[in-house]
Amino acid sequence: MNSLAERLIALAAAGVVLFNYPILSAFAVDGTIAGAPVLYLYLFTAWAALILLVALALRRNGRGGRGG
Amino acid sequence: MSQEILIVDDEANIVLSLEFLMKQAGFQVRTAEDGEQALEAMEDHPPDLVLLDVMMPRKNGYEVCEEIRRRPEWAGLPVVMLTAKGRDVEREKGLALGADDYITKPFSTQEVVDKVKEILRDRQGGG
Amino acid sequence: MLPEWSILLVSALYVGLLFGIAYFADKLGDRGRSLVNNPYVYTLSIAVYCTAWTFYGSVGLATQSGMAFLTIYLGPTLMAALWWLVLRKIVRISKLYRITSIADFIASRYGKSMALGGLAAVIAVIGITPYIALQLQAVSSSFDVLLYFPDVEAMETPRGVWDDKALYVAVLLAAFAILFGTRHIDATERLEGMVVAVAFESVVKLVAFLSAGIFVTFWLFNGFSDLFARAASHEAIQSLGLLHEIPGGYGAWLTLTILSAFAIIFLPRQWQVTVVENVNEDHIRTASWLFPLYLLAINLFVLPIALAGMTAFGPEMSPDNYVLALPLAEGHGALGLLIYIGGFSAATGMVIVATIALAIMVSNDLVVPILLRKQALSPSVDLSRLIVNIRRLLICCILLLGYLYYLLIADAYALVSIGLISFVAVAQFAPPILAGMFWKGASRAGALAGLSAGFLFWLYTLLLPSLAETGILGQGFIAHGPGGIEWLRPYGLFGITGMDPITHAFFWTMLVNAGLLWGISMFSRRGDMERIQAALFVDVFLRSERDARFWQGTATVGDLQELLGRFIGNEQASRIIYEHAETRGDRLADTEQARPELVHHVERVLAGSIGSASARVMVSSIVKGEALSFEGVMEILDATSRTIEYSRRLEQKSKELEQATQELRAANERLKELDHLKDEFVSMVSHELRTPLTSIRAFGEILLNNPEMDTAQRQQFLDVVVRESERLTRLINQVLDLSKIESGSAEWQLADVDMDRIGREAVEATRQIFSEGKTELRIEGGAGDATVKGDPDRLMQLAINLLSNAAKFSDPDHGRVRLRVDDGPGDTVQLAVTDNGPGIGESDRQRIFEKFHQVSDLQAGKPKGSGLGLAICRLIAEAHWGTIWVESEPGEGSTFICRLPRAGGEHCDLTAHVDFSGWR
Repeated sequence: MNSLAERLIALAAAGVVLFNYPILSAFAVDGTIAGAPVLYLYLFTAWAALILLVALALRRNGRGGRGG
Repeated sequence: MSQEILIVDDEANIVLSLEFLMKQAGFQVRTAEDGEQALEAMEDHPPDLVLLDVMMPRKNGYEVCEEIRRRPEWAGLPVVMLTAKGRDVEREKGLALGADDYITKPFSTQEVVDKVKEILRDRQGGG
Repeated sequence: MLPEWSILLVSALYVGLLFGIAYFADKLGDRGRSLVNNPYVYTLSIAVYCTAWTFYGSVGLATQSGMAFLTIYLGPTLMAALWWLVLRKIVRISKLYRITSIADFIASRYGKSMALGGLAAVIAVIGITPYIALQLQAVSSSFDVLLYFPDVEAMETPRGVWDDKALYVAVLLAAFAILFGTRHIDATERLEGMVVAVAFESVVKLVAFLSAGIFVTFWLFNGFSDLFARAASHEAIQSLGLLHEIPGGYGAWLTLTILSAFAIIFLPRQWQVTVVENVNEDHIRTASWLFPLYLLAINLFVLPIALAGMTAFGPEMSPDNYVLALPLAEGHGALGLLIYIGGFSAATGMVIVATIALAIMVSNDLVVPILLRKQALSPSVDLSRLIVNIRRLLICCILLLGYLYYLLIADAYALVSIGLISFVAVAQFAPPILAGMFWKGASRAGALAGLSAGFLFWLYTLLLPSLAETGILGQGFIAHGPGGIEWLRPYGLFGITGMDPITHAFFWTMLVNAGLLWGISMFSRRGDMERIQAALFVDVFLRSERDARFWQGTATVGDLQELLGRFIGNEQASRIIYEHAETRGDRLADTEQARPELVHHVERVLAGSIGSASARVMVSSIVKGEALSFEGVMEILDATSRTIEYSRRLEQKSKELEQATQELRAANERLKELDHLKDEFVSMVSHELRTPLTSIRAFGEILLNNPEMDTAQRQQFLDVVVRESERLTRLINQVLDLSKIESGSAEWQLADVDMDRIGREAVEATRQIFSEGKTELRIEGGAGDATVKGDPDRLMQLAINLLSNAAKFSDPDHGRVRLRVDDGPGDTVQLAVTDNGPGIGESDRQRIFEKFHQVSDLQAGKPKGSGLGLAICRLIAEAHWGTIWVESEPGEGSTFICRLPRAGGEHCDLTAHVDFSGWR
């Protein structure tokens, strides 16, 4: 239970870091990758990755983690 | 015709001493320095008794003893095991595998000679 | 372009469908076949977050500040990651204490305070009104775009009230909200029809927006890269840096992220769908990732549409209308209609849930408390009917308020700016709620002060200026401050400038709100009720429903039933009391004294209907005698939480015990293994000692019994005796060495040792063994520094062991042994001993360093090794942070290599790092 809480907090914190200055500024550059602007691609990719990790964190503990 | 003893041990010096003792007691002697050599030597014609060391490279004494007991043509061939492993478990294992006697190293020369003679006498007497 | 009747017809059909779905879902729910007990419906209903703002406004925002529109969805994603920790607690508290709204939550947490509940309700209504207006505006303008495109001027022309579609939309929505939002008086009963309808709308808007995005990206353009490439050369897009910059700056980016993270919990409509309508806490698991995924999907095409719009239209077209205008410009009327319906569904979903949530909040926390206080209710009034009617009236009022605001500011603002004003308003709920959930010390006085101050600052820095910009108030006060007082400028309070208005307002409101909450809580005395509620909220996971028994009172069952009956109807009341008695196994006569549990139960049921503060007032009006003192309640609470804590510890203990047992079992296994290894070792030593002893004894006896033996033979036998005695001595020494090293009792020195010298001295020491045989010994290498840290005697032993090993196994006739000291890879020194013996097979190369392992195929007649020399080498090498191995091909000789780190590396204590005990 606690480790789930720690995992979720860590993921949220990672999200805050990924989606803000200064890391964000590293991707706010001119240029494209596979035709898409770097910033656009980065934000959506990082976003999707975060969602996936949250899903995994909550899935893995799937059963029996209730009530406390 | 005097009886033949096969001495099997990987320690050359021990073979040397046993060979001397057996010859002195009037037996013919053949030697082998590991299990496989011993079995090969017996294929030709079986000896009257085998003095068999346990810890040897390529087939140890237990394996040789098992093999001997499995082969009908060698049924009744007396096997005396010699070992430096002095624990009861090992003695029992040897006897369970069909050895006739079990001598612990270091042995008394008198004891080995007496035991060999005694076993061979019993055999003859028995049949 | 499209005939007006067709748009109206489609809109009407859509609303009809919505009514149908809600009706159907309610009927199913009544029959016990609920559609809402499903994590996917729950998640879709949370997507009511995506309103017309998302649908139209994001595109507008993207044309000004590029990717910044995404912050509104990244914030909720981050918060959703924490839902399992935060939202689940809110849900648990709300269910346990029958809390029906944000205002009720705050009121209840801070000692069932009517003042706080009322204040929160006012903030919510005033704060959300602009947001509702935004939806009406969006529907109205999307209708106009559909109707008049491409006549931009006609689109933007204001129309009279009766000609305005927004009014009719508002009326329709009011009807829906009244029908499906006020079915029960108990606000904790779920509004299944509403939830299912909203979930359906979430599907519609997602499909519609994705259709628009796919049409624009793959129909108007040849996919993403084509679109981005053409946009990149567009002048305005280039100069604004939309593709690769954050035009609003990182400060605003962060503010919007935090704001929206708060909004996803504290917007009244979000609270309604995530907390009040939650059926099962476990659904939060799914929603935590699925809802962000929904957000991601609906935002994928926002930037492409914005860019396409900018390349296609001039400045006279409002960017908020791009979504609709792009397909219309290509003559795709049907697609336009679908997109219009999508936007319509986004707007209506928000308005429906928001008005219902606000109506319940205002009725429970503002209107009913006032009515009760004024004693305006004569006993003959049917309160349940009255309350339902109040809620219906409130729904109409709130929609009317939204409509008026819309008329006032119509078209003066972009959609997003209006929405953000609301976001800052609801962010005011964050400090009192979050602090209240996790900090028992937060007090009513602090919450009241913080919330009031935050609200006032919001009014002054955001709402007033927004009204001023529409021309109702003088524009001057924005630029120069009221009465020309510069430091009171609403966008630059206290002379602090440089932030955009939203960041500015967010900063000040949060500062005063959280600051006062914290500061005043530190110094205010809290009443009993506050302390009890604080404990109940913060420790909710330690409590059970039966806990909060505050009433020592003397109310009769009849009184309680009558009270309950006034609010929820007599039939319902007697059923509730009967069921409660049933579960407790009590039989209750009307005149009997009610147990405290029953009194509490009645209060909770009432709280669901009229809010916790009013419920408390009502119950205390009929219970004679005092409520329990703080100490009394805390005692009860502590007892239960102690029990829960105790059982939890027991569980913990038994888990620990289980683990300890496991560890013990493992340790036991290990011991057994060690014991076995030790046995094996003793047996091996015994064997190795007995073997030479056997020869010695045998020849001794032979010599003794044969005094007349010929001299040559006697000589041979005596020679054997001597050599076997030597072998025995060597073996005994090595066993002692080994056990000394292994037990760590060997005395190690730590000195700088020159391996070159060690090599040379070892060669000298073993020269005799070599000269006895015909083996040639050479020493090579020796250039450069070969200093290692270590014990010189041990290293010498290592070298000698390797050399004597080589001497034994090198070719008997043309033996050649070579010792070489040189640099190893990295910062290491290598000592290598090569022989030209028979070599070592692959299977033996590892095991040769084990104790008593002897290579099977040895040449007969040669003296054998004790089987310990190499094992000792390995111990010594490892104790010096080194490694030892053998490289060999059968028939090609072998090379034993010992590699040691050069002196000056980061070594530590000599013996500490080698775990000898495990080495066997």
